[in-house]
Amino acid sequence: MLLRHTPTVFSERKALTVNPAKTCQPIGAMYAALGIHNCLPHSHGSQGCCAYHRSSLTRHYNDPIMASTSSFSEGSSVFGGQANLLEAFTNIFTLYNPDIIAVNTTCLSEVIGDDLVQIIKKAYEEKKIPDGKIVIHANTPSFTGSHITGYANMTTAMVKYFAKNTGKRNGKITLIPSFIEPSDMSEIKYIVTEMGIKYIMYPDTSDVVNSPMDGHFRMYPKGGCPKENIIASGDSEAAIAVGRLGTMLATGLLDTQCKVPVNAVDLPIGITATDKFVDMLRKIAGAAVPESLRKDRGQLVDILCDMSQYTYGKKVSLIGDPDILLSMVQFCRDAGMEVLHVLTGTPPGKLKLEERIKEICGENVIVKAGLQCDMFMFHQLVQNNRPDLIMGNTYCKYICRDMDIPLLRIGFPIYDRIGQSYVPIMGYRGGIHLLLKILSIFMDRQDRDAEEENVELIM
Amino acid sequence: METELYQLPISGEQFRDDVVESYSPKLAKKRKRQIVVNKIENGDTVPEIMANTRTAPGIISMRGCAYAGCKGVVLGPTRDILQITHGPIGCGFYSWLTRRNKTRPTSPDAENYMNYAMSTDLQEDEIVFGGEKKLMAAIDEAVALFHPRAIGIFATCPVGLIGDDVHAVARAAEEKYPGINIFGFSCEGYKGVSQSAGHHIANNKVFTDVVGQIDKSKEGKFRLNILGEYNIGGDAFEIERIAEACGLTLHSTFSGNSIYDEFASSHTADLNVVMCHRSINYLAEMMESKYGIPWFKVNLVGAETTAKSFRKIAKFFNDPELIERTEKVIETELAIVQKVRDEIKPRCEGKTAIIFVGGSRAHHYQDLLREIGVVTIAAGYEFAHRDDYEGRKVLPNIVVDADSRNIEELTVTPDETRYNPRISEEQKIEREADGFTFSDYRGMMPEMPIGTLVIDDCNQFEIEKLIEYYHPDLVCAGIKEKYIVQKQGIPMKQLHSYDYMGPFAGFKGAVNFYREIDRLLNCNAFKFAKAPWDESPELTATYGYNS
Repeated sequence: MLLRHTPTVFSERKALTVNPAKTCQPIGAMYAALGIHNCLPHSHGSQGCCAYHRSSLTRHYNDPIMASTSSFSEGSSVFGGQANLLEAFTNIFTLYNPDIIAVNTTCLSEVIGDDLVQIIKKAYEEKKIPDGKIVIHANTPSFTGSHITGYANMTTAMVKYFAKNTGKRNGKITLIPSFIEPSDMSEIKYIVTEMGIKYIMYPDTSDVVNSPMDGHFRMYPKGGCPKENIIASGDSEAAIAVGRLGTMLATGLLDTQCKVPVNAVDLPIGITATDKFVDMLRKIAGAAVPESLRKDRGQLVDILCDMSQYTYGKKVSLIGDPDILLSMVQFCRDAGMEVLHVLTGTPPGKLKLEERIKEICGENVIVKAGLQCDMFMFHQLVQNNRPDLIMGNTYCKYICRDMDIPLLRIGFPIYDRIGQSYVPIMGYRGGIHLLLKILSIFMDRQDRDAEEENVELIM
Repeated sequence: METELYQLPISGEQFRDDVVESYSPKLAKKRKRQIVVNKIENGDTVPEIMANTRTAPGIISMRGCAYAGCKGVVLGPTRDILQITHGPIGCGFYSWLTRRNKTRPTSPDAENYMNYAMSTDLQEDEIVFGGEKKLMAAIDEAVALFHPRAIGIFATCPVGLIGDDVHAVARAAEEKYPGINIFGFSCEGYKGVSQSAGHHIANNKVFTDVVGQIDKSKEGKFRLNILGEYNIGGDAFEIERIAEACGLTLHSTFSGNSIYDEFASSHTADLNVVMCHRSINYLAEMMESKYGIPWFKVNLVGAETTAKSFRKIAKFFNDPELIERTEKVIETELAIVQKVRDEIKPRCEGKTAIIFVGGSRAHHYQDLLREIGVVTIAAGYEFAHRDDYEGRKVLPNIVVDADSRNIEELTVTPDETRYNPRISEEQKIEREADGFTFSDYRGMMPEMPIGTLVIDDCNQFEIEKLIEYYHPDLVCAGIKEKYIVQKQGIPMKQLHSYDYMGPFAGFKGAVNFYREIDRLLNCNAFKFAKAPWDESPELTATYGYNS
């Protein structure tokens, strides 16, 4: 057994995290920064942080992940990282020529108290930042929150540094998505475009971390939200936080800073959540739902009904990040599945995660969120009440193999399969992909496990 | 080895001068000393290369940190030392199984903590008020849940800065749990200039706190330890297989497929052979000083070099039966390898590669590539020191800078009761006359063709330039570089993780590697990077929707 030491009997833990169900802030910030066009994420800390984050994102996306680091030495840890950051700006603009550098801090630079506002100011004064170039920053201490918090903080920094209200609305809606796949960002743009709504979306990592292979490496791929659009988001008619925990800090600031009316909606996974998203767009923008989306929806509903015998009553346990979990749980219910466990290591903050999941799934579902809520605990939970399917990241495969439970790979990181960056799970079309995957899993199991006389030709 | 010459189409000097022109003057001055055109004089005298110095801030580097070198590289592969990362969650998360160190527990109930990542997940309060209490509580919880024999604690960046003393906590925990060996590593990420600092820190602690704890040896006539083999992709399994076939007793591997007891009793073996010189030479040196175990360098990557290394081991023990058995194994294995090589070599012959990885692999894998006719035209290490390039003969001339001085250098004296030189000075001299070299590593440069490029701490920009100037057929580096290269339609081989394949060491490994390089160089998929309409964009037909 791969996880042979996990006992089925619970014991309370207050200090030890085993097999985490979250990671640290800076990687989320790096991912968000990749969603700005011509932007180089920069990690202000030891070079190991940047190496780990780039490696992790590269394994997940199988695509180049470009980011630089302040490469702290022991000396900079004692005397402060200002000299390193200033030198980094010089080297980056000389060599890599981005339009924007998005600096995130690390636990190291946070503990020594580097004042990024002051250092960046000094860099402008000393002309370390060439004319027309911009440096933004987000504080992302690894000792609070999780990668989702880091994503939210960097996204908020985009609003803070760029969004301007000129006093003239531009007829656009600003969408700020949570930490989701580029394929899902594309799908959200597809929905909005089909509805004929003019929009601005950031961060937007589509065509950045899922770029095509054409014989050229581009340090700054064609995707990413241009800074002009982020600036213009301050003039938008309304903003929608798509997903909540990873987004609402940013939309909140867009409201206070630029007086943009803000709405929040769950990530559009499955029928219920996508309906709410489309309905919100419809009402805010005064747009009709086009035939294309009606068809997409109809097809999803069609499969959902036709094949519900394979999903109805199936037991599912989920582990991942709050925004995705919340909508996935809703989708499971759409398909008639029973949710046993939902766990995240990310502190859910004001999300009311447990309350909302219980509203959706009933009182029996076990919801665990925050400190010491880890994959070890999740393993114990599923050992005590076995699901038919686990949904979570790659690390779940160790549990799934030990227990012979199928795994639907959802969330971050997925190191051992490919596709999440190309094929969406959001929107109606993404819902079809997701449902097909789930159906394949259950139907393959049935084919594998059925008595010989019960093998079905037609299913 | 005879000296080869390789004429680069554009001279290495030209490359170097062109590259540094893009840098700021300060950086150019430094990089100029880290990009060297190889020359070999008098057999093994090579030009000086600057290495083991700081990476310039802002540069997109391949390097990681001391924590990665300590926890990730050296201690990570061992399965029954319970490892707790003391710090915020990230470091423990990223080092969770990602290095592919395989391990094979001897029974279904044997300890195996490899698949568990443990962390104190420090929160803001603990950063402010100190994290030692939480660390102690985490140890309590770990002991109650897992009942380990040994616990290693790994410090991350903030831990050093807030003044948490992992060693004091380890001592206190040991008093509380006398049956468990508990030790801490001050491997904060900012130490040193790369992973290398972490290797040294790991070596020191394993030496002082683990090696020598158990005096019981394994049975066997020819007992040796392999140092610096981390069982990535199952390399150690293959080496174990060959060793067993030859009749050797592999006492302990540091640290692939290893257990605590083997580390603790490794001083009872009679020989240390060193694979990855960079990460583990400290331990080899210290074990020789304290216990009298001689060491020499081996290379078990490449079929010919594997054969050579096992011959050397047999010759060390100087037993006719062992020598004969080893020869037999080599004969049988090489015959199998040769068949595959004969098939594949014609398809790979004359292709060129560049390798930038590690502290020994950039050297070792050149042998393997050479066996199928692939020439390495540029190579360099990510975190090595001058001795890995130029040979240990330069050790006395290496200037110790502030970053290295901060890593403790242990003073080791012979153990009062257990020091036992396995061979006398006279025997050593006799062997040396016979072509043996003890406690030595020739380095990478004396074995590279003259005229090729050697680049220390090569970065993304320089790899781009190498591709632009020399169009190598194959690039070998790590995951961060992989897709930058492959987007250009050039196959890229990861030599940290092997692209989730392996083993590549030993004889079976050589076969795997030949086949893999054959795939990379000859797989059709890479030929599609350019679409036909990009190759010949001119139009002759006039049916056009846009006209």
